[in-house]
Amino acid sequence: MPETALASVHHPVLNVSLRRRLTDHVMTGLAVLTVILVLAPLVAIFGYLVYKGIGSLNWDFLTQTPKPEGEPGGGMANAIVGSGLILGIASALGIPLGIGAGVYLAEYGRNRLGQLVRFTADVLNGVPSIVIGIVAWAILVRGRGFSAWAGGVALAIMMVPTITRATEEMLLLVPQALREAAYGLGVPRWRTTLSITLRTATSGVITGVMLAFARVAGETAPLLFTALGNQFWSLRLNQPTAALPLQIYQYATSAYTDQHRQAWAGALVLIVLIVSAVAAVRYVVRRGTFGAA
Amino acid sequence: MPGPQPVEETQVMSQPAGQPSPLLRSSSGEIPDFAFKVAMVACGLAILGILFLIVYELMSHSTLSWHAFGLKFFSGSDWDPVNEQFGAWPFVYGTLVSSFVALVIAVPLAVGVAVFTTEMCPKAARGPLSFFVELLAAIPSVIYGLWAIFVLVPIMSGYLEPFLRKTLGWTGLFEGPAYGIGMLTAGIVLAIMIVPIISSITREVLMVVPQHQREGVLALGATRWEMIRMGVLRNARAGIVGAIILGLGRALGETMAVTMVIGNNPLISKSLFAPGYTMASVLANEFSEATGDRYLSALVEIGLALFLVTIIVNALAQLLVWTVTRGQPARGHA
Repeated sequence: MPETALASVHHPVLNVSLRRRLTDHVMTGLAVLTVILVLAPLVAIFGYLVYKGIGSLNWDFLTQTPKPEGEPGGGMANAIVGSGLILGIASALGIPLGIGAGVYLAEYGRNRLGQLVRFTADVLNGVPSIVIGIVAWAILVRGRGFSAWAGGVALAIMMVPTITRATEEMLLLVPQALREAAYGLGVPRWRTTLSITLRTATSGVITGVMLAFARVAGETAPLLFTALGNQFWSLRLNQPTAALPLQIYQYATSAYTDQHRQAWAGALVLIVLIVSAVAAVRYVVRRGTFGAA
Repeated sequence: MPGPQPVEETQVMSQPAGQPSPLLRSSSGEIPDFAFKVAMVACGLAILGILFLIVYELMSHSTLSWHAFGLKFFSGSDWDPVNEQFGAWPFVYGTLVSSFVALVIAVPLAVGVAVFTTEMCPKAARGPLSFFVELLAAIPSVIYGLWAIFVLVPIMSGYLEPFLRKTLGWTGLFEGPAYGIGMLTAGIVLAIMIVPIISSITREVLMVVPQHQREGVLALGATRWEMIRMGVLRNARAGIVGAIILGLGRALGETMAVTMVIGNNPLISKSLFAPGYTMASVLANEFSEATGDRYLSALVEIGLALFLVTIIVNALAQLLVWTVTRGQPARGHA
């Protein structure tokens, strides 16, 4: 470890010149400075969110729909529920597909096709979210109108590569001997994969799923021209649907102070949702078998 | 020892007798096994299908614009939906400039943080520190935008931009009215957003530099910084470049936060104070209201260009990171 090695080096070497020692200190100082500069926005963002958000949160915000433009009051209840709908669709489509593809890569993917799928998943991971929005628009919105479905599909596409790669990595950590033990007992391969391999890697897979969920929960760009947003209650999946990030975007760029206030409140609700997902992940990971991974 | 073996054999023999033949069951499991494999392969193929669908949809919906403008689409700077004349150069320019500004700010910060966490800070602080830096990546883009509009923009127009104009105005990069909204602010927000990805991958790359490299340089009497420079950074060079390019890929496609602070004006100005427009933000602003096939097609073509550029950038970055971390065991996150 560098620390221990350093302690023995610093003093015995006598002819370390002043300039070199000074450079060493300056560089250490600069490294500390970068950490401060990076953590400052984090503190500033969370600080403002909590400060502005708590002041703006109230019961109306959580239970009412938006008031007409310029009128104070109202809330984002429909957007919270709409986000839930869209994320529900995304999870229902994206999680099984992602885990399935991960199982494929880990259990059957040691070949050229697997290599191709793996590479494609990595490529998909880097596709800008707005481009995925366009594709969902082209497939599901064009000629049919905006809908929760389209938004859900766009987010599902974004979830899949993250979940796939996480599932694969976690399944590969499961010792081969466990699988062989199951085969040895006469357990069929599919049963082994589901009840032994996946079961052992559960906490890791859940981590991947939650990270994917947290990532798409705050996505706005792919919803802009798929779910579109809605000022009213709508639980129908083929109608334009409100979503929390969309509503925050709309209110943040509006001209009314009361809408700014609500944008902060919405942001706080959204970040609490996401941070609790991430915290749940850390909790699961710490308790799970693959804490070290 | 010949003793135990017969005993085991009898045990194995006794089991099929006790239970209704598991051997038979496993052979009858062949059909479910096959079905399961087919289902999993289908999931894998679905990923290929999704990418194919993305390429197909983007290409088929942008042909109209491609036929009308050809390559001039990307060099023309006339964006006029009313007369159906489309040139995307201002958006390309805005995307490149804002991403470049972001990299200039983010790279030293991210590499500094990565070096600090792997080489300098006490072991106990490593986990929390990297957790906090990665927390930045968990904040949604729209919240960055919200924060930037109400907190960063006033700081920019009130303090930072006047200061920059006074001290560095002679470069021509910091001229004109300090609205707070413009390329520079967008670049700063982008920088904050891409620091976590650059620093986490840099950290991963630094961690695979073999320990004996560090010890060797230290044994030659190097100070800690000299050890980091010669023993660590030099070995990890390619991977760090990969991390930076990955950050660039993120910055190029970033939409919401940029849209909220860049000013959304297709100007080409030397000054970073001036408003601009990026490829992603023109899509965000105009796509759902675009009327006319040619207008839509032009927007989809911008999306296609964005897609191709980010794919090339990401593939290059993966390759570079891979050259450094190759042969190392897989880590928790990609």
